[in-house]
Amino acid sequence: MDFSLGPEHQMVQKMVREFAQKEVAPFIQEWDRKQQMSPEVLPRMGKLGILGICFPISLGGQGLDFISLGLACEELEAVDTTLRVVMSVHVGLCGLSLLQWGTEAQQQEFLIPLARGEKIGCGAFSESGAGSDVANLQTTAKQDGTDYLLNGEKMWISLASKADFALLTARTDSNPKRRSQGLSSFIVDLHSAGVTTGDIKGKLGVRAGSTGWISLQDVRVPKESRLGEQGEGFKITMSAFDSGRYTVAAGAAGLIRACLEASVAYAKERKTFGQPIAEHQLVQAKIARMASDYEIAKLLYLKVGWMKNQGVRNTYETSMAKQFATDASFNAASEAIAVHGSYGYSDEFVVERYLRNARGAMIYEGTNEIHSLIQAGYALGNRTDKALRREMPAYEPQRWQAEAAGIREAT
Amino acid sequence: MKIVVCVKQTPDTAATLTVVGGVASWGDAPLVLNPWDEYAVEQALRTKEAHGGSVTAMSLGPQAAKESLKQALAMGCDEAILISDPALERADSLLASAALAAAIKRIDAPDIVFFGKAAVDTDTEVTGPQVARRLGWPSLNLVAAISELDPAAKTITVERLLEEGRQLVRSPLPAVVSVVKEINEPRYPSFMGIRKASKAEIPIWSASDIGLQPVPEPALTWPEVIAPVRAEQSCEFVSGETPQQQAAALVERLIEEKLI
Repeated sequence: MDFSLGPEHQMVQKMVREFAQKEVAPFIQEWDRKQQMSPEVLPRMGKLGILGICFPISLGGQGLDFISLGLACEELEAVDTTLRVVMSVHVGLCGLSLLQWGTEAQQQEFLIPLARGEKIGCGAFSESGAGSDVANLQTTAKQDGTDYLLNGEKMWISLASKADFALLTARTDSNPKRRSQGLSSFIVDLHSAGVTTGDIKGKLGVRAGSTGWISLQDVRVPKESRLGEQGEGFKITMSAFDSGRYTVAAGAAGLIRACLEASVAYAKERKTFGQPIAEHQLVQAKIARMASDYEIAKLLYLKVGWMKNQGVRNTYETSMAKQFATDASFNAASEAIAVHGSYGYSDEFVVERYLRNARGAMIYEGTNEIHSLIQAGYALGNRTDKALRREMPAYEPQRWQAEAAGIREAT
Repeated sequence: MKIVVCVKQTPDTAATLTVVGGVASWGDAPLVLNPWDEYAVEQALRTKEAHGGSVTAMSLGPQAAKESLKQALAMGCDEAILISDPALERADSLLASAALAAAIKRIDAPDIVFFGKAAVDTDTEVTGPQVARRLGWPSLNLVAAISELDPAAKTITVERLLEEGRQLVRSPLPAVVSVVKEINEPRYPSFMGIRKASKAEIPIWSASDIGLQPVPEPALTWPEVIAPVRAEQSCEFVSGETPQQQAAALVERLIEEKLI
């Protein structure tokens, strides 16, 4: 067992950190106040290769592994959650689902431009009446000749108004034997006729990001854009969450670190009762909790990254990593405000933004209550992983970094 | 073009220098590629991109300095060489320039050698010019722009940043160019570069490999480093009922302290 990061991982970490700290941190407060996403963010992340970090070079990516993806997410969210959200939906939900489930033609058409950062992807599952209860979603996809006609509305979709493609799950069978069997997944071109999108304003957090809705009215999607088989949508959606939740977990570790760093700096500087508040034991207790929570969150996500590299199913571990880190990041942000006192309550300091941003991640990608149920299911032996028709491929550096030949053909 | 860029591994600029028992210490500060050298690496890469050729990054330092060379490789340098020898451990700039010049001579016909203006730890600003002198090449320092470079005619024109303004200097190649931060904005390492750098085997040249035998003793030694005297600060309020009385009390105190 080796807990150290090698030179490749360290350099990835440093590179993403420098980008986020230099190019985003100085302006993020301004965009957060404006409730707009900086137009620079997506093109820069694309140009630097961050949007394709963990895809094979032959599929337009950078050929790095799942741990690199996690490290990048940590660094991004240490500056602002909205940066990591981009990774969750573009890389996690959309890109990695194409890597896992896509045919060679679909990977050529959709994954390559996503991995190169030329196109942006998102994941569209939630609706106004279906979040955690995915199997209950109402958007329909009806076969019409060789196409499908999609109708419905998706809500709370990150990058809805920015993305070119969405991995979207819709109902193809209104009366299936089991509810979950009635769903299918599609790669929907969001520039198609019948698609309208918009942003949701007035959110508690992630205000410098884009969260919105996608409305579909008789949107024609060719059969070739169906990901997986008809009726496989529930499984595809769940496996998309295994990817997305990993990025959320790693990002939340970065948010805890940001709370810790802000609190340590402030506690050394601010004096009360004739000494820096860092000397007060109750302030120390808060800082100690943040420090240990950061370590735990990091160990959990790195273990998941390692499992993904090995090609081992990680639904249980990813659930724990996501739930622990997001709960802990909310607590760390709240405690960071306590350390900052009244100043922490003002947006002159960063920690109030951290608190607002932390709350969302306890809701999306499976509420933390749902994660308790998932974990209990595994712990009680009521839930086991069934083999999927297509598993996420393990990370194999040679193949990932080969210039030609897709991942599937080489197997 | 054959381009060489000399880099040094230094403590992070955020690190604090302390003096413990007359010896300077950076504590356990992270070691980084000298920030000035990032501009030199960037300029070397831009020169290659504009005129073709290859960029060799070279560093004098301990084994750990490989990490800084890897950073240069990750940014896009084609190869890296570490000059490392116990006899060179306490090199002053004269000895460092002797070692670097000897190593540069072993490279097949370089056209240009880039340096950052200074290293943030020793801050002498002379290693580049000393290397130029040893090679017998022109030294162009404080360079803020390269206005013209003609590899065929072997000429270069640079803008030097002086206090009074900018000076245009034309020189034949090969030459040694030390750059200031106004020259460019260093790029981040690319992921492709990172992958390449993390696998790179960096050759180590010893003093005998570069023909520096016997290794001269450094001319300079640092027998003691003295920390600046810590200024004691205190705050005192002068009082008085009216502004005039307050001013009078302040003047009295300042005279007492022999400050006016």
